[in-house]
Amino acid sequence: MSIFTEFPEMSRTDLRDLKKGVDEAFRSFTRANGEAIENFFFPLLKFLVWFEKLLISTPWPIMILVLCALVWAGSRSWGLVVGTVLVLLLIGYLGMWEDTMFTIALISVATMICIVIGIPLGIVMSKSDRTQAVITPVLDIMQTIPSFVYLIPILMLLGIGKVPGLIAVCIYAVPPVVRLTNLGIRLVDRDVLEAADAFGASPRQKLWTVQIPLALPNIFAGVNQTIMMALAMVVVAALIGVHGLGQQVLKAVNNQYLALGMMNGLAIVAIAIVFDRVSQKYGQRLQKHTEVIHG
Amino acid sequence: MDDHSIEIRNLYKIFGAHGKKYIEAVENGMSKDELNAKHGHVLALKDINIHIPQAKIQVIMGLSGSGKSTLIRHINRLIVPTVGEVIYQGEDVCKMSESDLREFRRHKTAMVFQKFSLLPHRTVIKNTLFGLELQGIAKKECEERARHWLVRVGLEGYADRYPNELSGGMQQRVGLARALTNDADILLMDEAFSALDPLIRNDMQAILLELQAELHKTVVFITHDLDEALRLGDRIAILRDGAVIQQGTGQEIVLKPADAYITDFVKEVNRGRVILVDTIMKTGANGSASVSIPSGSRLENAAKLLTDSGEATANVVDDKGVSIGTISMKATIDAMVTPASH
Repeated sequence: MSIFTEFPEMSRTDLRDLKKGVDEAFRSFTRANGEAIENFFFPLLKFLVWFEKLLISTPWPIMILVLCALVWAGSRSWGLVVGTVLVLLLIGYLGMWEDTMFTIALISVATMICIVIGIPLGIVMSKSDRTQAVITPVLDIMQTIPSFVYLIPILMLLGIGKVPGLIAVCIYAVPPVVRLTNLGIRLVDRDVLEAADAFGASPRQKLWTVQIPLALPNIFAGVNQTIMMALAMVVVAALIGVHGLGQQVLKAVNNQYLALGMMNGLAIVAIAIVFDRVSQKYGQRLQKHTEVIHG
Repeated sequence: MDDHSIEIRNLYKIFGAHGKKYIEAVENGMSKDELNAKHGHVLALKDINIHIPQAKIQVIMGLSGSGKSTLIRHINRLIVPTVGEVIYQGEDVCKMSESDLREFRRHKTAMVFQKFSLLPHRTVIKNTLFGLELQGIAKKECEERARHWLVRVGLEGYADRYPNELSGGMQQRVGLARALTNDADILLMDEAFSALDPLIRNDMQAILLELQAELHKTVVFITHDLDEALRLGDRIAILRDGAVIQQGTGQEIVLKPADAYITDFVKEVNRGRVILVDTIMKTGANGSASVSIPSGSRLENAAKLLTDSGEATANVVDDKGVSIGTISMKATIDAMVTPASH
């Protein structure tokens, strides 16, 4: 009765062949298409590099002014603007200015990509239950699979560099914006949709005049989550060669530099808080008109 | 002039996955409960035939669950019938292509909803011009036309507010302005005033009647309130369990209720406000009384006139002032009091 004590495993040689087969197949796929894929992502690389250079070559006082203007535009809160100035000054004073600019560039580009991919995907998902049933488990996998696991094929395909790092960040960060776009559109009041139908709205008109505007607060909550998750990935991205605060944290771990690790880690936290508060305040302002209830 | 009447013919609606399969059974007399118990399908509308006259207010009245809101949604095909036809200007709305249907909804119909269904993220003016915007009309013209109707429904100065800042009555005025701005021949009103409190409802009814006197649209008005039906309706159809059990003018329904159910309904009605002097006047009598009342007046007004003047009879005169009959105090009061048989 060995079946109860020993699991009926696949034979060792078969298992080895299976793994080898998969690896070989992917390697040959890489050999055949690696260059094409790299070329495909080349414009993205150029854009990221251009953006990094822009942030770094801009004199720091102007950079602080620009960031403050963005914070004000998003949040309309002087407190937040003052906080941002203090945080940036401290970061610069502690010698982390350049790394911070690298990280902000990465997060900004990653968020843009996530929005460009995620919102349309969420819209498609909201249109049919079947699409939702297919996409939801994929999103679940993207969010739960240990990020090192998908680093392997990305590394095999694209090697070490900014683009693979960016892709890894996007894989982890895109699900919330997809989910919340889908949810937001599905939550739009059916009565309002019926009214749009009754007045002869085409599906496209309904999407742009009713569904997206009413889903916007939810979509924005998704964008906020996406930004937070992208920031959480900067250290992992540093593993495959992305510059920035993450790389310093990695260095600190490898060499047991407590102070370096803490400083860069806290800089990431500070940026995260600023991004979060600004995008939350912006999201709140988006739904302000719906909250004025007649007394 | 184009004909703006609507003809609903042999319309059935069975909710459920295979509604068509059970049409025959229903035609052969299967009841709503039986259909639900045996096949899990819901019979919402059964053999509806209504001629909705043009430029009049057709009220469809029924209690909740009678299928009245389902019925009105067939006129602009928000709900597709299981079988049957809705004919407007020679065309069956139920057979239109998607794009024809869209054009029909954009240009021929406009709808007012029980729960207002305004777009919460748009200001009052942007809500009002919604229909025109969907038609692709230039922004400036949209705004001009929308402003005109906002003024007409008494919302001058509220153009830049958001719906949530307004009271229910005002929100429904926006709903009405939105529908009127569409400039459609058919106005569909689904329990449009039911969610409003009684005083506001009265106001809105008055606004509707005043506008209708001038616009002459084909109005289909859904309500569960008989008083509202009698006040607004040129014609009334009463719906029960998905079938029309009586249709006619308000007077016809009050004076000759088709069955015990309607009798029960009309018992509480203020008959003096429904019945016209023409219905009970004595014709052939010479018009010798010293007071006159115009033809088409309601008994309430006749009673008032007779008591005020102290006379026992009054002449009923047509619009040229010629006497066409007489009406007595006794007959008036007799007709105003609910008969014992009711």
